[in-house]
Amino acid sequence: MSPVLGKDLLDLESLSAEQLRLILDTAEPFKAISERAIKKVPVLRGKTIVNLFYENSTRTRTSFEFAEKRLSADTVNIAVAASSIAKGETLVDTARNLEAMRIDMVVIRHPASGAPRFLAQRIESNVVNAGDGTHEHPTQGLLDLLTLRDKCGRLEGLKVCIVGDVMHSRVARSNIWGLRKLGAEVAVCGPRSLLPAAIESLGVHHVFARVEQAIEWADALNVLRLQLERMQAGYIPSLREYNRVFGVSRARLERAPKDLVILHPGPINRGVEIDSDVADGPHSVILDQVTNGVAVRMAVLYLLAGGRPELATAAQGGDSR
Amino acid sequence: MPAPRPLLDAKAMERTLKRMADQIVELYGGGDRPLVLVGIQRRGVQLANRLARIIKEHEGLDVPQGALDITLYRDDLQTVGPRPLVGATDVPWQLEGSNCVIVDDVLYTGRTVRAALDELADFGRPARIALAVLVDRGGRELPIQPDIVGKTVDVPRGGRVDVQVVELDGTDGVTVQGGATA
Amino acid sequence: MTVRPILLRGGRVLDPSRGLDVAAGDVYLEGGVVRHAGARIGDPADAEVIDVSGKVVSPGFVDVHCHLREPGREDVETIATGARAAAAGGFTAVCAMPNTDPVTDNQAAVGFVKRQGVEAKAARVYPIGAITLGQKGERLAEFGEMIQAGAVAVSDDGKPVVSSQMMRTALEYARTFGIPVADHCEDPTLAHGGAMNEGVVSTRLGLKGIPSEAEEIMAIRDILLARRTGGHVHLCHMSTRGSVELIRWGKDRGIRVTAEVCPHHLSLTEEAVGDYDTNAKMNPPLRTADDVAALQEAVRDGTIDCVATDHAPHHYDEKEREFADAPNGIVGLETALAVVHTWLVAPGILSLAQLIDKMSCTPARLFGLAGGSLAPGAIGDVTVFDPAERWTVDVAAFRTKGRNSPYQGQVLTGRVHLTLVDGRVVHRLGA
Repeated sequence: MSPVLGKDLLDLESLSAEQLRLILDTAEPFKAISERAIKKVPVLRGKTIVNLFYENSTRTRTSFEFAEKRLSADTVNIAVAASSIAKGETLVDTARNLEAMRIDMVVIRHPASGAPRFLAQRIESNVVNAGDGTHEHPTQGLLDLLTLRDKCGRLEGLKVCIVGDVMHSRVARSNIWGLRKLGAEVAVCGPRSLLPAAIESLGVHHVFARVEQAIEWADALNVLRLQLERMQAGYIPSLREYNRVFGVSRARLERAPKDLVILHPGPINRGVEIDSDVADGPHSVILDQVTNGVAVRMAVLYLLAGGRPELATAAQGGDSR
Repeated sequence: MPAPRPLLDAKAMERTLKRMADQIVELYGGGDRPLVLVGIQRRGVQLANRLARIIKEHEGLDVPQGALDITLYRDDLQTVGPRPLVGATDVPWQLEGSNCVIVDDVLYTGRTVRAALDELADFGRPARIALAVLVDRGGRELPIQPDIVGKTVDVPRGGRVDVQVVELDGTDGVTVQGGATA
Repeated sequence: MTVRPILLRGGRVLDPSRGLDVAAGDVYLEGGVVRHAGARIGDPADAEVIDVSGKVVSPGFVDVHCHLREPGREDVETIATGARAAAAGGFTAVCAMPNTDPVTDNQAAVGFVKRQGVEAKAARVYPIGAITLGQKGERLAEFGEMIQAGAVAVSDDGKPVVSSQMMRTALEYARTFGIPVADHCEDPTLAHGGAMNEGVVSTRLGLKGIPSEAEEIMAIRDILLARRTGGHVHLCHMSTRGSVELIRWGKDRGIRVTAEVCPHHLSLTEEAVGDYDTNAKMNPPLRTADDVAALQEAVRDGTIDCVATDHAPHHYDEKEREFADAPNGIVGLETALAVVHTWLVAPGILSLAQLIDKMSCTPARLFGLAGGSLAPGAIGDVTVFDPAERWTVDVAAFRTKGRNSPYQGQVLTGRVHLTLVDGRVVHRLGA
């Protein structure tokens, strides 16, 4: 029996390299299922999964929903308007109500860091973090790992620089943990006002102040989305200046000693953090990321679904072919 | 449990496969329907490969092959937990209107074959599906019977039948553990 | 009603206010006051004799900073339950912060707190009045009238006094009456949206941090304004090494600055937040090990004058939520002695006499309260505790209504056995 994930997928920080590899390896055969004429396997038939989204996220929610449906699970989407959180029922009440309806898994997106863990500690269903506040976005981290491994053939020794608003990015944290555990070198690059106070404590190899330095060093760039709110909150003076100083442009990439793989978690702000000709260019793997997102999420759901280690061990003896 | 004892040695296994290949061609090789072999991961794939090679040698017939990993079609995820996916499912050609022979090493409860039938249905609709197994050890839990059998042996619950193939195990042969009567 | 005299026999009598330390002595209380504290005496007629051998007898503890939630949140704490919790923690007097609902910002409100405190018949409750009406930072509250009704200090605690001009005026005006202005030091623009200390753990957890400077900028502003005005500024719940250095700077120059530190800031670090434990969420936040070391040293050398609990009960389901949305604060009255003893006395940073000084004599003196002394004629407020006793914190056994404690389940040393107010037993362990 391979190492199992446990009840929940809350972050990549607490996963071992072995567990990360298990997920990535499991995702490989799931890629093929999405290429079939009948894109569906019955493995999660009868399982009920709730997608509990406290923030809008068409992309992540759609990706999870495809993953769930291709595994034959029954899915329910619950979108909780941000405005009603304050007045509405508490997260723990919502969770208990869902569980009273006998569900098997909750996929949760929440604006508060730590909300999925809070939920996981209080319900028996499996909990999958689909992004919490500025903490982690583990399935995004996994799909980035898978995409990089596909494209570069390895992660060990690969140099990956995360560019942009690292401070507010859950994608950045999941990437840093995942890449480091699998032996990649990780750097970050961005205005110091958008880097967390103790970024070095996460074990990044370099902190670049200039995107040119990052491009010279890296094998791959993971370009983060710059939210308009950051400018309004005064972290940077303007999007225009951000593009001038930190934007990933073709002109900058052409001066690089080698071709860089370009990732972006989406949605893209064209002309802000990344120029269109880069996003649409030959080294962009942005659409591969989207494809891999479904496979990685299928793998995670599959591994969590039956992942009760004691049952697995007990039943191991009885081969029933 | 007593030591495993040989049921088929390499030579006997080769003879058995030859006979199975003959039967496959005889029963399903004629007419306009294309013959395809689909092995079940893991050792069914190597056996299907072996059968195709024999058919090519003796009949000059090219038989396309595929592979099925039925892990995602099993009905026991709840009780045994997720298993690692051991091999790819690879069914690259048209199944429509074919004579499709599923190949596996050992037939026991029939649950694997049921899963394989389900999975195969997601790839197309063969005109006919047949089942060829190297060893039928009895103990069925589903109404499934083989069309072509290499060797029948009665192994009670708790016993084991292990098929070895050169490609994976370095040697050919079948061993039985636990009171079997041939 | 006459109270039966009490003789506390055979305990270690420790009164740092007089430099008194008698290994096995007696304390005799009669008529609500201390008649004798020191060497063994014979059994006075009619006295109830309580054997306290092996325990320490000290002036009652005084907490200059707690939140008793009444009026407004009686579901979370009342003055009566808070005063009983205080007594259980060895406190004979507590000062109630005015961030109630409505705010305790006028003489009627102050009088209400005072009366509820008397009725509780446990620890004494001294009201602290608000600095500004409604704690809005706009108009000065009526200090004079509030003092007449029983207020012993003013504070907008829970919020900083944002306007430097308002703080200046408050210090000047309070100086007229000789009371301290207790300030919650926090630059609201730096602390905005913060949920914990800004540092390694906040980076890992993706929580917005509150930098040390949010506290230090206001601390030095208050110290400078105290220098300008000659007023007495009391800095609440100091949490950083930088604040300690700034207070030291002020004291070296003779500025009237005093400061308190909470037991949790002397014992826990940001690591206690762990995986979003809301019982480790407070404001100011738990800081780093370096800050804790600096605070411990500051208590030892007197830079920080006293220990105060910042006792802040919350309803259990208010803490039972997402970390960023959970309220700040923990209950502290019933664990204060044990925490300070476990983290400072047991490792030899403080002597027992220093602990008593920081928890009784000095806070009483700073806020001009009776107590803090066992001198003959002093009020009969006495605490008896066993410094060596190990016990396991069980929030279910607390007298406070609050259950929000990061020490739950921990084994601490130092336990209060007996608390007397006005020469009367208000708490007896196990009773």
